[in-house]
Amino acid sequence: MNEFAVSVKDLTRTFGDFTAVDHISFNVARGEIFGFLGANGAGKTTTIRMLCGLLMPSSGMARVAGLDVYSAYEQIKQRIGYMSQKFSLYEDLTVRENIEFYGGIYGLNRRQIRQKTAELVQYLGLEKQVDQLTRSLPLGWKQRMALSAAILHDPDIIFLDEPTSGVDPVSRRNFWLLIYELADRGKTIFVTTHYMDEAEYCHRLSIMKDGRIVELDEPRRLKERYGRETMQEVFMEIVNRKGEQ
Amino acid sequence: MAAIEVEMLRKQYGNLLAVDNISFEVSPGEIVGLIGPDGAGKTSTMRMIVTLLPPSGGQIHFQGKDALRDMSLVRANIGYMPQRFSLYQDLTVEQNLRFFGDLFDIPPGEQKKQMEKLYAFSRLGPFKQRLAAQLSGGMKQKLALSCMLMHHPRVIVLDEPTFGVDPVSRHEFWEILHELRKEGVAILVSTAYMDEAMQCDRVGLMYKGRMLAMDTPQKLLSTFPGELVRLPVRQPEKEYAWLCEKLGDDRVQLFGDGLHIKLDDALGRQALMDVLADRPGTTGALQQIKPGLEDLFLYLLEEQHE
Repeated sequence: MNEFAVSVKDLTRTFGDFTAVDHISFNVARGEIFGFLGANGAGKTTTIRMLCGLLMPSSGMARVAGLDVYSAYEQIKQRIGYMSQKFSLYEDLTVRENIEFYGGIYGLNRRQIRQKTAELVQYLGLEKQVDQLTRSLPLGWKQRMALSAAILHDPDIIFLDEPTSGVDPVSRRNFWLLIYELADRGKTIFVTTHYMDEAEYCHRLSIMKDGRIVELDEPRRLKERYGRETMQEVFMEIVNRKGEQ
Repeated sequence: MAAIEVEMLRKQYGNLLAVDNISFEVSPGEIVGLIGPDGAGKTSTMRMIVTLLPPSGGQIHFQGKDALRDMSLVRANIGYMPQRFSLYQDLTVEQNLRFFGDLFDIPPGEQKKQMEKLYAFSRLGPFKQRLAAQLSGGMKQKLALSCMLMHHPRVIVLDEPTFGVDPVSRHEFWEILHELRKEGVAILVSTAYMDEAMQCDRVGLMYKGRMLAMDTPQKLLSTFPGELVRLPVRQPEKEYAWLCEKLGDDRVQLFGDGLHIKLDDALGRQALMDVLADRPGTTGALQQIKPGLEDLFLYLLEEQHE
């Protein structure tokens, strides 16, 4: 079966007379790290909410893990993981309690939860902190833990909405190593970021502007095409130029 | 006279030394940046300077006066933008500005003048009737900055003001900071973006409460030892793990455009070529590059771990 992880055609969402997402089309292959860029307010979050089954499109087609967002939005939620800059971790629960809580939410049984907890704690190197309040962890660790919590149910596709905002360069690198590892295991990664050096880690990038996708290509090819050294410069040129119509 | 002068400043929380005897100054018309990992002590330092957090030791002078004795002087004359600035979401842009003007007892005529100037600065003029809740992330940050400029502070302290803001809006935000610098405002700002740190007059790198280095970006960069080469890679995580094993992980860093490898007396270019000989097609791609602030940052942190 050669189905795309995410497949979108002419996807549109309006709010009153405002068109937040305007006929966008793209496909994301399995195991791909797909960067979803754009200025604040370009329509990224609205798109992600539609793909996660949280918001109905106004028109167009979208399939996630082969499932139709109009009819199968409940099934989609079991096949995807979602993590955003505003972590979903409970600060006043311990690391262990957070994992148990999310395991429960995702419908794992007691034995599975115990097993997953042990696996995760070892994987993240949190043996010493497992019974500490999540609040006391450094931000970089919380981030990795939030990602782990978002994939407890072993989803095929992982949506990361600005996962590294405000995180220092060292923690960001560790986080990206984790992302690469997941992609290596065949997970599809759909990620938004405002760090243009991170954009360069992605296999392919799309850039949104005013509800439309204005560029979609590999970072290397975008840089070549625009004759620029960095994605930061490419991004500035695209968003500024196309905004001056 | 320095706008802010910090001497042997210290903050202790129980057993944790959050700020460990740091000293620096910020002059009028100067942008001083603070970078460092989470928990380095940047926010504690800023909160002490704006008198919201009592120091455990050391001195702070604000425009030559003892900030710890004359807190009301500091508060009336400083602008502070905390990490999570709370705009009133259910007030419009204009109402938010007026609210902050009123808080600082700015007369209405004066407020009006300052608002016009800030609208021009921030390009928020066309949105003055819009609710703050309905602004984009970048516009919210510009409004937050404008609110804290309503009382004409000559010294401003900004704690990661561009958190979660896209590159274009960040650029606009920094244009405003450069404008304020020209007017002689003293600016202390923390950031996780190295391109912003490069725009500062001086940058301090904090780690575990200490100031590891503080200087102009150019001078800081010149302290990077040895040379740096870039190796473009196809599978970054695999090549990274492989090279770390071969060379030690203090030499190799993962970047979006490839791996950055530090060369020095202990590992010369030829030695690296020999290692890479196992992997056909890699050696030809090696390029010498100039270290950036992020390379230096990572190097200094690695050094601390040793």
